[in-house]
Amino acid sequence: MTIQTSKSKTTLKLFGVVLGMFVFGFALVPLYDIYCQVTGANGKTGGAYVASEAFEVDEERQVTVQFLTNNNANMPWEFRPTVRSMQVKPGQMYDTTFFASNIARTTMTAQAIPSVAPFHAAEYFHKTECFCFEQQQLASGEVIDMPLRFIIDPHLPASVKTLTLSYTLFDITDIAATGAAE
Amino acid sequence: MSAVIENHHDDHHHGPDKGLMRWVLTTNHKDIGTLYLWFSFMMFLVGGCMALVIRAELFQPGLQLVVPEFFNQMTTMHGLIMVFGAVMPAFVGLANWLVPMMIGAPDMALPRMNNYSFWILPFAFGMLLSTLFMEGGAPNFGWTFYAPLSTEYAPPSVTFFIFAVHLMGISSIMGSINVIVTILNLRAPGMRLMDMPLFVWTWLITAYLLIAVMPVLAGVVTMMLMDIHFGTAFFNAGGGGDPVLFQHVFWFFGHPEVYIMILPAFGIVSAIIPTFARKKLFGYDSMVYATASIAFLSFIVWAHHMFTVGMPIAGELYFMYATMLIAVPTGVKVFNWVATMWQGSMTFETPMLFAIAFVILFTIGGLSGLMLAIVPADFQYHDTYFVVAHFHYVLVPGSIFSIMAAAYYWLPKWTGNMYDETLGKTHFWLSFVGVNVTFFPQHFIGLAGMPRRYPDYALQFADWNMVSSVGAFLFGFSQLLFLFIVIKCIRGGKQATDEVWDGAEGLEWTVESPAPYHTFSTPPALPERSLA
Repeated sequence: MTIQTSKSKTTLKLFGVVLGMFVFGFALVPLYDIYCQVTGANGKTGGAYVASEAFEVDEERQVTVQFLTNNNANMPWEFRPTVRSMQVKPGQMYDTTFFASNIARTTMTAQAIPSVAPFHAAEYFHKTECFCFEQQQLASGEVIDMPLRFIIDPHLPASVKTLTLSYTLFDITDIAATGAAE
Repeated sequence: MSAVIENHHDDHHHGPDKGLMRWVLTTNHKDIGTLYLWFSFMMFLVGGCMALVIRAELFQPGLQLVVPEFFNQMTTMHGLIMVFGAVMPAFVGLANWLVPMMIGAPDMALPRMNNYSFWILPFAFGMLLSTLFMEGGAPNFGWTFYAPLSTEYAPPSVTFFIFAVHLMGISSIMGSINVIVTILNLRAPGMRLMDMPLFVWTWLITAYLLIAVMPVLAGVVTMMLMDIHFGTAFFNAGGGGDPVLFQHVFWFFGHPEVYIMILPAFGIVSAIIPTFARKKLFGYDSMVYATASIAFLSFIVWAHHMFTVGMPIAGELYFMYATMLIAVPTGVKVFNWVATMWQGSMTFETPMLFAIAFVILFTIGGLSGLMLAIVPADFQYHDTYFVVAHFHYVLVPGSIFSIMAAAYYWLPKWTGNMYDETLGKTHFWLSFVGVNVTFFPQHFIGLAGMPRRYPDYALQFADWNMVSSVGAFLFGFSQLLFLFIVIKCIRGGKQATDEVWDGAEGLEWTVESPAPYHTFSTPPALPERSLA
């Protein structure tokens, strides 16, 4: 029965393709993250920055950095930047803070997600310390000033005069409780 | 009849079983093809009724008939049912009937799996339709089910939707594996790949697309399931995920999917036009290569559905040019069809009318697709009725017309009777006028800025919406005539000859009409180089 064996062979191979493509669908998730981190697509900024070269401060250049805050749907916290905008020199380190207050009646956990516009500038915005690297848990009525320390890469394209860093605050109380979030 | 019986040397019975269990237990490719075709026609009517609810509500501005929540459920269910319930099963049904007969095989390669792939479908769609009666209503997030609309903000019935999609996926995957194994292993001795009829070729390529992307669809709904019920955050930015990721994964499936719904149509038209032009198909080889190129390109253009998501400019340029590249192989095909008709002795029976309408109207849909591929223009057209007009032009007078053309073309072979030509032509002209009156005005209101998926609209869009609704009801009700013609043809009519059409070529025309329950139990001797 040669036809029978060649039929089973083809069938098995094709089921292999199906399985492979199912796995590939899930592999797209980390691939997408890597792609966005490498290219800064989607305004995604990287994790904590470790200086690989000492930057020279560019005294000639002034870049405006604006801070925006948003609350995701149903997130009751008060959340705002302490300063709305800063004039910065590329290569120099700056500190600022963001204010958050849990006005809800229960203890809640929040996660801030950053995004930089214009997107192609995202990879030049380095954060050495950021409250967005960890979750914030506040009891009812608790307030906090959350730190951000950043440095603008002097290689920032000359066309970029203004950078906007926006944070969206998400309520992740449920996710944090199940321990699934990182 | 005696000639056929003598060809069987085994002890099996020769005809179908009696009664209802024949259809439940059948492994016969013709029975299963028939089941698929009837199922898809039922879904076509169900999805069509939903479209008529939408068009009735949009007949006038303001809210008249349904509440916005229900309107959203109608647009969502209409899309899902037409894509997964009407168009795809119809093509699988045609493949079941025709592929074995065209390549001289006795049946599909995996008959038991064939039975499973069909019988999963009624359960999948039963489950999907049952959500209409659930608390919170049916899925209301659009057929593209973008997260977080379909995760965080979805009605509870979304879980039923997810499992329904899983079942449809399993059915399609098993169906396409069956098609590939049949084509690769059961061709009549001496039939090389480049001798196969184009319908077989286009289905082979379509089946490969299906097994490549249906698992990705299964993956994306599984991720939704986990986000909703198991606390993961694939698409939830708060947990480290990304809603834009959903769109990428979805369209990685979604773009090949739209070609899954058109490539078999190319094969059908490539069979019908040569018959009624009484000429060989022009450029057989280029047709095969064009189909393969379209299939390949379909994997690398997905992000043109999401230009407004905020992509880097380099990405937008790449996806724009790659998308426009698809016009080249598609243009080759349209050229070949026109060249086939050129100086042919054409007659215009119903299948030919549908096939010619396909060529013209599909090309219109293709051209509006090119307009949408232009990034700066797409920012204006995105999510407007122009998009609705575009994809309905390629799907209704594209895929659906080709399916109807196929039904008229092969119906005499299936039933042994000729259909009523006058009624068939009436059905064609009603459908042709109906389709154009429905969808052509949607280009205008789309360019004028009417967004899709809303139950209400600004007053300046009123006139064309009214025209569009009138056309929709005309098109919708003329499909009942189609049902009547098919039933009439099954019950009787002029006896069809074995060849049926005077210029028809291919192995399916060498068996008698109606095609016996078992064909090609012994492989046929191929006629000299006449298949291609």
